[in-house]
Amino acid sequence: MIGTNDPTLRPVEEMLLRPFTVHSIRRETIDTVTLGFVAADGQPLPFEPGQFVMIYVMGVGEVPISIAGGAAAGDDVVLTVRAVGAVTNAICSMQAGDAVGIRGPYGMGWPLAQARGHDVVIAAGGIGLAPLRPAVMHLLDHRRDFGSLSLIYGARTPSDLLYLDELRRWRARFDIEVEVTVDRAPSDWYGDVGVVTNLLGRVAFDPDNTVAMTCGPEIMMKVVARELERSGVPATAVAVSMERNMKCGIGFCGHCQYGPDFVCRDGPVFDYDAVRARLSGEER
Amino acid sequence: MRWLYGPEGLMATKVVDRADLGNLLDALRAEGFSVLGPTVRDKTITYGPLTSIEDLPIGWTDEQEAGTYRLVRRDDDALFGYVVGPNSWKRFLFPPRSTLLNIERRDGSLVATAPDAPSQAYAFIGVRPCEMAAIGIQDVVFLRSGHTDRTYADRRRGLFTVGVNCAVAGGTCFCVSMETGPRCGAGFDLSLTEVIDGDDHHFVFESGSEHGAEILAQLPGRDATVADLEQVDAIVANTAAHMGRQLDTTGLREALAASHDSPHWDVVADRCLTCTNCTLVCPTCFCSTVEDDSSLDGSVASRNRRWDSCFTLDFSALHGSPVRSSTKSRYRQWMTHKLSSWFDQFESSGCVGCGRCITWCPVAIDLTKEADAVRSPEKASA
Repeated sequence: MIGTNDPTLRPVEEMLLRPFTVHSIRRETIDTVTLGFVAADGQPLPFEPGQFVMIYVMGVGEVPISIAGGAAAGDDVVLTVRAVGAVTNAICSMQAGDAVGIRGPYGMGWPLAQARGHDVVIAAGGIGLAPLRPAVMHLLDHRRDFGSLSLIYGARTPSDLLYLDELRRWRARFDIEVEVTVDRAPSDWYGDVGVVTNLLGRVAFDPDNTVAMTCGPEIMMKVVARELERSGVPATAVAVSMERNMKCGIGFCGHCQYGPDFVCRDGPVFDYDAVRARLSGEER
Repeated sequence: MRWLYGPEGLMATKVVDRADLGNLLDALRAEGFSVLGPTVRDKTITYGPLTSIEDLPIGWTDEQEAGTYRLVRRDDDALFGYVVGPNSWKRFLFPPRSTLLNIERRDGSLVATAPDAPSQAYAFIGVRPCEMAAIGIQDVVFLRSGHTDRTYADRRRGLFTVGVNCAVAGGTCFCVSMETGPRCGAGFDLSLTEVIDGDDHHFVFESGSEHGAEILAQLPGRDATVADLEQVDAIVANTAAHMGRQLDTTGLREALAASHDSPHWDVVADRCLTCTNCTLVCPTCFCSTVEDDSSLDGSVASRNRRWDSCFTLDFSALHGSPVRSSTKSRYRQWMTHKLSSWFDQFESSGCVGCGRCITWCPVAIDLTKEADAVRSPEKASA
């Protein structure tokens, strides 16, 4: 119980937004846009790969978006947004110079420290590549700190693939294996067709010495984690990124509860062992 | 005023006559408090501003059962002769609607400002022990879980509480099971026990803080005797012996954590209307959502928070479709959170045994019975 002069009752500004403006716009797919934002206050937005921000559109509302990239090419923070609701539709139709509010970053990021000295497998499905992009960039920037590196990525069709330029650049490197597959393909697609897990057998990693990071639909993450476990990677070395409805990002609104966890605070990145009973479960 | 060792350490005690109780309000008002307490409104006990002691529900009591609430006359003029109504103190510390931010466009970017804190601190008169426990639980949620909620902190700061040891137990009360009452424990600035013996109508006060003792020193009255305190014990013991409900919490947290596939969720879902009443009357439920109000020209907007409920479809919506669409999944979420995962999150139960969710359920779903049934389905069907 707290007394009337309890120091925890100091005023705080947890919900206060920082002003940002749109700086760069790149259309990824028919419904997905990557936007770079510049901080109006000139201050950087440090983050860990896997964390998210809350982004506010004036008069429309606020949504959680995973951070897809940090300061680069004049941007202070990069977000990849798929238009699925009122706020994300508004963001996807923004022009350079438009104003937004951003607060964060929030949540637990990818286990990059745990991955040092290990082989790393990255498995992404659809827009799940967005929160993994800064992890891949970190791994490539610190390439000597890690063992073998592989990225497997699946999308619905070739026109749903994100970050095509980067994927081409990464595929051209000799120090990362990149494998891409699609669910459905037109006749001009020469790549793989099928589910992401089909690609797991294609990439090289030492199961006893691997950290895996996966983001995508829950059923995809579950199958990836199960296959990795079957090949000998411990469940505690597989990280999954969960998504739930969020209104506050800091554990007050209650919406993102996932069993005993608040996805915003205890996640979004969890180790598979902690969530295996809940992952892709019925109405969890 | 007499200093005695009470359950929480050294405390000031005093016996104040009914005719002198108005001095308590005067003393609090003189310190600048906004004084709130129980009143009769809409045929319920509802907390609101108190201008005098005569605003209290004098001579009223309540009859409560699952799905039933009635105010009825007592045969005396007791001031605190009832238990809890549909409203809790939550509505003052965590208001049903509050503005989080005001935002305006200025020089091509957005400028956000938080509203000012209320200028007056609250004094709550007539806080039940279960309700003080509920305030303690929301303190953990909003102040002690890594972040501080400004709206809550602004209203919690400087709060003065006058507790009431319960002299009657309601038909849906089970504070004894949840170990939150019926005697005031920690957290109170002052607590009182109402004693009516023929024409003798007085209040035995105990202090729970220095500030409480300071206020008590300003009230007229006589020293409390051992007999007075024994009478308080007897009143509280009698209330404890007449709880309308009980909840066996042994192993309940673990049983609910493993209950996802229990067939009983289908049984309760056949009755539950997902009306959200239980979550709105609950003094610990803290879920909220935020909506935008904006001016027609789009130059000014406010971010307004309102209570939300895990029983709505929208609550879990992800990309437009709910994660928990069935009634059973939403009831399961509520009950397992309240009685099980709350421990994982905040190191206590989320239930204080006030019985509101039972009383105000329009189809009389009884949390204590449902929890028993989920734990032992065979016992429930027998």
